[in-house]
Amino acid sequence: MACIEPGGALSPSGRAMLESLATPLKAEEIAQRASQPLFKVRASMRELTEAGLVTLQDDAYVITDAGKDAIKN
Amino acid sequence: MEDTNIQTPINLPRLGSPAPQFEAVTTHGTLRLEDYKGSWVILFSHPADFTPVCTTEFIGFAEIYPQLKEMNTELLGLSIDSVYSHIAWVRNIKEKMGVDIPFPVIADLNKDVASLYGMVMPGESNTETSRCVFIIDDKQIVRTMIYYPLTTGRNMDEILRVIQALQTSDEHSVATPANWRPGDKVIVPPPKTAEAAEVRVGEGHECKDWYFCKKSL
Repeated sequence: MACIEPGGALSPSGRAMLESLATPLKAEEIAQRASQPLFKVRASMRELTEAGLVTLQDDAYVITDAGKDAIKN
Repeated sequence: MEDTNIQTPINLPRLGSPAPQFEAVTTHGTLRLEDYKGSWVILFSHPADFTPVCTTEFIGFAEIYPQLKEMNTELLGLSIDSVYSHIAWVRNIKEKMGVDIPFPVIADLNKDVASLYGMVMPGESNTETSRCVFIIDDKQIVRTMIYYPLTTGRNMDEILRVIQALQTSDEHSVATPANWRPGDKVIVPPPKTAEAAEVRVGEGHECKDWYFCKKSL
């Protein structure tokens, strides 16, 4: 499912993906913990990265300050 | 005089070659084929949403999805319809038939993916994709292509069987005979030298001749 709605708000699945990043995680780890197919995690992380809510560091996804702000709202 | 009928050859997918890459809008958001690396994927097209044969096929694909997941295989549908049409149809199938469609469906309004994979058969229709099935392995290589006409719904059992056969062949370096089913004997690849042929008949397989040997897994 798309992580960001057309108006820019986080979708429920996008919020869940961001909330799963309490610690840096690889896509495979996110998929395992969230019981989601790997293809969905990869697509979601790409979308969240393009939105500046997540960055990729050493193959692990890390939530940004903007991402932390997004899940507070 | 200028020839206006020259058609540019299209490089269509071929068995054993890398699957053409794409990015597409789907009912599950924007997906790329590369997102599926590490999983097998069945990319299939249907002629149109809200049509009866396609509805039976979507129900059939949804029914085999749990078995496909056990075989590390995902489903990805496609037609030349909008994502709104797909969403409405999937919701209609849920409402009227009680079947949840768990896999994404590509909204290929521009025919970008359909053209890349040769899914439109002008002899049948210029505006609809035929019932094409592309089985792409975990390394993104095209392993099987099956085409059904507009009138004929696909056989889910055969699609499952092909995946089982391909994965068995990969795992055990064997081939599978006609009408093979999991549990049946498999074909030992024929020897490629006279010396190997001599050895083969003494290897303890069930052999009709040096080139035709079966074994149980």
